[in-house]
Amino acid sequence: MSKLRPLPATGFIPERDLDKTPILEAHHLGINFGGLNAVKEFNLVIGRTEIAGLIGPNGAGKTTVFNLLTKVYQPTKGTILLDGRNTSGMTISQVCRMGIARTFQNIRLFKDMTVLENVLVGLHNEIDYRLAGAIFRIPAYWRAERIARERALELLSIFNMEGMANIKAGSLPYGAQRRLEIVRALATNPSIMLLDEPAAGMNPSETGELMENIRKIRDTFKIAILLIEHDMNLVMGICEGIVVLNYGQIIAKGTPEEIKNNPAVIEAYLGKKEAR
Amino acid sequence: MLLLSQLINGLQLGSIYALVALGYSMVYGIIMLLNFAHGDIIMAGGYIAVLILTAGRNPVLAIILAIIGCVLLSVLIEKVAYKPLRSAPRISLLITAIGVSLFLQNMAQLLFTANARSFPNTVVIPAINFRIGSINISLTALVTIVVTIISMICLTLLVQKTKMGKAMRAVSEDTDAAKLMGINVNSTITFTFATGSTLAGIGSILYCCRYPLVSPTMGSLLGLKAFVAAVLGGIGSIPGAMIGGLAIGFAEVLVSAVGLSEWTDAVVFAILIIVLLVKPTGFLGRSMQEKV
Amino acid sequence: MAKRRIPTPVSYAINLVLIALLLVVGNIVISSGITSRAQNSLFLQVGIYIILAVSLNVVTGYLGQLPLGHAGFMAVGAYTGALVWKATASMPAPVSIVLGLLVAGIVSAIFGIIIGIPALRLKGDYLAIVTLGFGEIIRVCIINLPEITGGTPGLLNIPKHSTFTLVYVCVVLTCVVIHMMMKSRHGRAILSIRDNEIAAESCGISTTYYKVMAFSVSAFFAGIAGALFAGNQGSLFPNAFDFMASINILVMVVLGGMGSMIGSVIAATVLTSLPLVLQVFSKYRMIIYSLMLIIVMIFKPSGLMGTYDFSLRNLLEKLTGHISKKREAGTNE
Repeated sequence: MSKLRPLPATGFIPERDLDKTPILEAHHLGINFGGLNAVKEFNLVIGRTEIAGLIGPNGAGKTTVFNLLTKVYQPTKGTILLDGRNTSGMTISQVCRMGIARTFQNIRLFKDMTVLENVLVGLHNEIDYRLAGAIFRIPAYWRAERIARERALELLSIFNMEGMANIKAGSLPYGAQRRLEIVRALATNPSIMLLDEPAAGMNPSETGELMENIRKIRDTFKIAILLIEHDMNLVMGICEGIVVLNYGQIIAKGTPEEIKNNPAVIEAYLGKKEAR
Repeated sequence: MLLLSQLINGLQLGSIYALVALGYSMVYGIIMLLNFAHGDIIMAGGYIAVLILTAGRNPVLAIILAIIGCVLLSVLIEKVAYKPLRSAPRISLLITAIGVSLFLQNMAQLLFTANARSFPNTVVIPAINFRIGSINISLTALVTIVVTIISMICLTLLVQKTKMGKAMRAVSEDTDAAKLMGINVNSTITFTFATGSTLAGIGSILYCCRYPLVSPTMGSLLGLKAFVAAVLGGIGSIPGAMIGGLAIGFAEVLVSAVGLSEWTDAVVFAILIIVLLVKPTGFLGRSMQEKV
Repeated sequence: MAKRRIPTPVSYAINLVLIALLLVVGNIVISSGITSRAQNSLFLQVGIYIILAVSLNVVTGYLGQLPLGHAGFMAVGAYTGALVWKATASMPAPVSIVLGLLVAGIVSAIFGIIIGIPALRLKGDYLAIVTLGFGEIIRVCIINLPEITGGTPGLLNIPKHSTFTLVYVCVVLTCVVIHMMMKSRHGRAILSIRDNEIAAESCGISTTYYKVMAFSVSAFFAGIAGALFAGNQGSLFPNAFDFMASINILVMVVLGGMGSMIGSVIAATVLTSLPLVLQVFSKYRMIIYSLMLIIVMIFKPSGLMGTYDFSLRNLLEKLTGHISKKREAGTNE
């Protein structure tokens, strides 16, 4: 898999500095749904090549945080800085072009399109020709399309999915659909990727493989990854930092070791000792 | 007092729009379908009434049978055409609704020819005019307004107080959750269609009393304007439909009053476009956000 | 592994030769006098409806929206084209013709953008009703502006520019341009919006931009079809562009298969010629149309052709045993 390298015409992946300036910052983030504070006072800083985890009981507001960070919802409070730039008022596609990509808890693939086409849609902004160029089939169209296809197959090869390129995405098995979503997100050339329950529905050996691949993606592309996951083995195994959310509020932050031993976290997950 | 009589005029027209708008609003609220055939249900009610009346029968019988006819027709449509598509993409459902609407119009044309029939409106509501000062108020206008107000009150009570009303609200909020709570979703939807078409039947008679002509296409424009009224007031909201209906009624009367009667249809649709741009949820609608 | 495909230039050349051949044959048939004048006019009518159906398919089939005002765009194009042709009658015919078509398409596309922008904020039924309203507004404007449009009595004495060759060339151009657009990153973006709008947005695709693009491309070709319609009829009446006209075109797209260009072409051809072939059919036409809409939606919502797209190359490859089912990964076109 070492052949993964940036291809010249498809958008050069910049050599990301491994410095300590954060790629993503959220300050005092909050959203209010009809009087209910779904998320409040959410603060988060993620380094450029960090793998971070967002955990918490069901209904804690984890996916809502993702939706805030990717602008599916506009936050009612607080600021989000992506690579130091304020994203307030931007749309989903604008922040995506700025370098934030995501997957969805309830898979959102383009079901009627092939696996390859799904990745090509992800590469949309990396392909450079205009509508007129496409209609007249200028050489730049052919070149860009060829490079994009090569690039897409290469990205699919991370999960050994090149062979499935011409299968309809909707007919893939569940696990493969989750992996394809990651590939598609990766195709947008992000500097940070948000994975919403990437291991959901996978068996332990698949999960293990996924852990390897997430690490590999980070190392190859030098990007940050923030993931929501219920599988504690995965979270504790690959995350360098963990944020625990409960009732829309952060109740703990720290390394996996610190989180494991944090009484507030244990209480949130298992309930109060007296109650049991 | 030209203004005041125009006001009454607008109130009458608006009441009819409101009655029809409710049918759209309720159905849209419950299965997210713009029921194109709703306007043609009104046409069917008009024909039933006109047939019975021209046969010399009792107007009360005509009204009751027209309403029953509307209810049966709309329930039949729901069962045959819409129910098989419950889980289909919305666009399929919408195309089906357009198909049903076209079918009803063209069946009517085949059965009763394309020519309009005159509706003996004076048999239903006598042509009496009240004079208050210098204003002329027809009995028709008065009856229309009163009947509409009573209908609104009954509907509000039905939706707020009865078990079926609660079921309707639950299904429109979340169909799956309602199903899990033991609500019979199918019968609730059928009931919604029936309620909506009862109002359509009433609206149909009132409309025919004001414009005493029945034709195969009479329902399409009336239906569309009523839908505009429903959107304007906020889809899914009963007082919203009332407000929207009145607003459209007044707008039409106003446009005609300033001498631009040929432009009324264009004005109504222009209002719709502007409302959807400025406040897509209408006056009293709630916003719906897709869950991600 | 898969064998080699027919090279793209060869496939393009074959297509081009066939298209040219059909043009020559069509012209010979028409000039030979085998066909009656009514039949010749029908050929043009078929071509015009193919353009309308294929252009509506861009928004309905590929983008997955349901506009109900396609006849409105057609009307804009028809009146614009007719007026330009009348105004430029003194110019050499080819210049006037091309100018008329282009202006008709562009003006119609501008209307497409104007209507596309509010449409973006709306979905499904709202979009349908807004476009329907738009079509009605256009018609009311045509009726009430007789100084420009001739009003209800009609716009008469339009130069009859629509020849078989002209319509044919426009049909081919429409199909080719839309095909090329759909087989590009722009087309993929449009298709992805139909499949899953939020996911498309999350892939960095500005859904607003591509919806407007689809709307304006669709309107552009509808405008051209409108101008050709004017050039075929010689006169225009506002009632030719009512709601039923929009529904007519929609029936073609739905029946052919939303998202299938060949489906639109076939359905437009069949449904346009049927009333002339079967006189009985014309009486029950609308009843049959409406039943077809309902039945197709209930039993085969994807339409008769589904999203199948005809490719001469694939057909040839199958016939010559050039290639098996397993196509080499990453080849297309």
